[in-house]
Amino acid sequence: MTTELALFYAFAAVTVGAALGVITVKNTVHAALLLVLTFFSCACLWLLLRAEFLAIVLVLVYVGAVMVLFLFVVMMLDIKTDSLREGFARYLPVAAVVAGIMLAQMLALIGWNAMLQVPAPESDGATLAGVGNTEWLGRALFTDYILPFEVAAVILTVAIVAAIALTLRRRPGVRHQDPSRQVLVRKEDRLRVVKVATEGKEAGK
Amino acid sequence: MVEVVKGAIDAIFAGLPMVAVVVWTLVKIIAITVPLIVAVAFYTLAERKVIGWMQVRRGPVYIGPLALLQPFADTFKMLFKELILPTNASRFLYFLAPVLSLAPAFAAWAVVPFGEGMALADVNAGLLYLLAMTSMGVYGVILAGWASNSKYAFLGAMRSAAQVVSYEIALGFALVGVLAMSGTLNLGAIVDAQKGDAGLLEWFWLPLLPLFLIYFISGVAETNRAPFDVAEGESEIVAGFHVEYGGAAFAVFFLAEYANMILISFLTTIMFMGGWLSPFPASWGLLGEPGPWWLFGKAAFFMFCFLWFRATFPRYRYDQIMRLGWKVFIPITIVWILVAALIVHADLVQVGA
Amino acid sequence: MLTWNELLPLVPETFLLGATLLLLIVDLFVSQQRRGLTHFLAIVILVLTAILTARPHPEAQQAFGGMFIRDGFADLLKLGILVTAIAVFVYAKPYLKPRGLFQGEFYVLCLTGVLGMMLMVSAGNLIMIYLGLALLALSSYALVALNRDSPQSSESAMKYFVLGALASGMLLYGMSMLYGATGTLDLSRIHGAAEIARHDQRMLLLFGLVFVVVGLAFKFGAAPFHMWLPDVYQGSPTAVTLFIASAPKIAAFGMAWRLLEGGLASLASDWQGMLAVLALLSLAIGNLVAIAQTNLKRMLAYSTISHVGFLLLGLLAGTKEGYAAAMFYALTYAITTAAAFGMIVLLSRADFEAEEIDDFKGLNQRNGWYAGMMLMVMASLAGVPIWVGFIAKLAVLQAAVPEFLWLAIAGGVFAVIGSFYYLRVIKVMYFDPPASPDPLVVPADVPFRFVLSANSLLLLGLGIASGPLWAWCLAVVPS
Repeated sequence: MTTELALFYAFAAVTVGAALGVITVKNTVHAALLLVLTFFSCACLWLLLRAEFLAIVLVLVYVGAVMVLFLFVVMMLDIKTDSLREGFARYLPVAAVVAGIMLAQMLALIGWNAMLQVPAPESDGATLAGVGNTEWLGRALFTDYILPFEVAAVILTVAIVAAIALTLRRRPGVRHQDPSRQVLVRKEDRLRVVKVATEGKEAGK
Repeated sequence: MVEVVKGAIDAIFAGLPMVAVVVWTLVKIIAITVPLIVAVAFYTLAERKVIGWMQVRRGPVYIGPLALLQPFADTFKMLFKELILPTNASRFLYFLAPVLSLAPAFAAWAVVPFGEGMALADVNAGLLYLLAMTSMGVYGVILAGWASNSKYAFLGAMRSAAQVVSYEIALGFALVGVLAMSGTLNLGAIVDAQKGDAGLLEWFWLPLLPLFLIYFISGVAETNRAPFDVAEGESEIVAGFHVEYGGAAFAVFFLAEYANMILISFLTTIMFMGGWLSPFPASWGLLGEPGPWWLFGKAAFFMFCFLWFRATFPRYRYDQIMRLGWKVFIPITIVWILVAALIVHADLVQVGA
Repeated sequence: MLTWNELLPLVPETFLLGATLLLLIVDLFVSQQRRGLTHFLAIVILVLTAILTARPHPEAQQAFGGMFIRDGFADLLKLGILVTAIAVFVYAKPYLKPRGLFQGEFYVLCLTGVLGMMLMVSAGNLIMIYLGLALLALSSYALVALNRDSPQSSESAMKYFVLGALASGMLLYGMSMLYGATGTLDLSRIHGAAEIARHDQRMLLLFGLVFVVVGLAFKFGAAPFHMWLPDVYQGSPTAVTLFIASAPKIAAFGMAWRLLEGGLASLASDWQGMLAVLALLSLAIGNLVAIAQTNLKRMLAYSTISHVGFLLLGLLAGTKEGYAAAMFYALTYAITTAAAFGMIVLLSRADFEAEEIDDFKGLNQRNGWYAGMMLMVMASLAGVPIWVGFIAKLAVLQAAVPEFLWLAIAGGVFAVIGSFYYLRVIKVMYFDPPASPDPLVVPADVPFRFVLSANSLLLLGLGIASGPLWAWCLAVVPS
């Protein structure tokens, strides 16, 4: 067993263990942190595959940004997990059977064949091209895959539009201040001078 | 001279087995971390002195000659204090948080080059690695805030999380400009790309001036330092995320914050200020000679700027911070990335010559 | 290196994208009173895109190394999508306006959804299929949730999102298997590799195929993967239901055809069996459950399921005629369903949704013309002879007869059962007394009245003269 293989199994074990933890631990913050660990060990696995760009970007984007915001929300929401996992025990057997069957099918179909094959290192495109992983990915992304890349950009734009359309609105019945309108207020809007007839004498009679 | 020594040591270790390589790497790590910790200690002293002078006070004077022993006194005081776990705090996360904030702050130093080829790990994706590591530091802050079971700490953590994530984008985009100009992600190669006959006029601060400024300012925001220190704004939320921490655990946060400040200073130097290159043309003899001393000197200037900002600027309001990050910095960086790409495309800047 | 020539096949899509982004900015500066400008510009964009799509072409072009395919098949489907989308915009306006939903976002999200559909039917690569689908799905999720103050709308958006994500996951999982078996994402190359696959590769392909078919069935809303459909149709604002019920069916057909025929034709015997089960279940569940519905939107949802069953009948025949029949079915179904939801908009008012079948009681006495139009729509959906729905059903049944006789017979039987609930709507309109004797307040929107009437009459017209469209469908399906 080479060091690389040992490392692979170590990281794989951590990944699987952490992923299991995500769906089993009671505390949602702990679950989110275990998800961070899952991503991180996944990134380590990718590093072992010499996909350094993807590995670091996974850490940068998912661990460094997405999960931070995720944690942010999870911490703010104070989710009661008890009601969420009400049916957990009831559905567990069914889920386990389905998952077991799927695992068995996958193993039967691809698992053993694939386990016996040793991946050829020269099939790695970056090595073939003789450039760094990042550079090779960049070239592939901006030449052969430019169309999907641009479409993905459109999808992100739509996501922004959708997010703004769904969240940026004035909720009816909520009091709020608008400082610019407060500043723009004029005397005529607020103040009304009313002439009132004096009635002192009559009152004193 | 440096190369000769390095070559000799490498030659010695080349013939030795795996264990020796591990030991040698460990030695290198210690050679980086120990001076770093000492630097942090004296940086705190410098901070108090500098701010003192700026405010026409003397700062610390009593302990040791020129108060040089003051950092050690502080450290020992911290270490011998009792560690207190707040009621109903999440014990594991409460103690994990300081470690999580320290680890990335130190791990990032692995790829920082101190001179030609003088880096612990000379990796190709060094720039990305740096971004990844600095982006992970925020976990310590968030977890500290959450695990402390305290409103002030939690508020501080929320502020910090939103702020760090927002400024990370501007920070990353500023580095994309550097990447576009130098054409590499390797930090050593980035410094090499700033070489040239004209000394400091060849460095990236000139063509990438907006990115340079934004990078450094975002770096200040990223480390939660004044004037962006709302995460621990003492007038509103006492001390923010580390309000419940004391003793050694607090010291670790302290260490991480200052290590990050030093790191940002070094990175600003490396990305925009020519790293270890001399500001003078090579024809000026000894003055034009590149060397690590230039790196340290320039970094020291940026470290001084951190203190300068703290002494002179009032704290930003939170919504102003967010506005600055999202509506000012990010658009400017995006535009300037385009400009940088055009500059490179038109061959206006000679890279590495 | 990219050349301008390579971009030529993409001109309609590029135009649509650029114009949509421009519209997004223009809409920012339009006041709420003048929002009609956005509406008008959105329709202009669709019309121009349709003109660009219909411009004369060489037969088939590829761009970006086969990622994007422009051929007669894609052009016809795109035209169908665009025309349906125009009708959707016209019908949506009187519904959106009194409900405070008349916003630029509705139009922008619909337009990006249309872009996603156009990419789906032109995809020559698994990535492009998935990205087109994701673009459509993302736009649809947001549209369903657009009415934030309605709990029903939010609930159905949530259901749609979760199940849609599950379906995308299935599809992606299947695609990853296809990639694992063939080593390529390109559909034509998958086609080639599948033909010469070894036994173990073939097993892997089959495994992937199962997931792909499940994903497709989810997106189509074919039973037993239909459970999201009634809830989403009922819960979303009618204008949005109008959009997600009509044009996406055309795109789903295009996607299914590209995947099954374009990529996996050599596994036809396997997917025909899977589709047969889906078709039979959809026909049975759709038609039988629809009978029990009192809500018209829900009834139309179940009717969609049954129509998907018919569409699959044509698809699973696996012949040129079968594909052409399915294509004809998808196109005519989209315009029929647009008209059906247009009728619901017609009856609805600011504080009244007109979703119940009872709301159509005595429509004939309140407004004879539109009762007649509704009659056209229902007759076409039911498949009454001389309406286009009949021609479409006949075509798919004919295509299925040679190999799947029992399935075709079942389809015929269910068509007869299904006609019951359409005829019930007609009965309610003509023979029940109206709830209120006042004449119907028809929206004052002239284009709305005109397009709704034209659309309904078109169903009759296409039924009488179905020849050209049928010939067009037959011509663009490669043999």
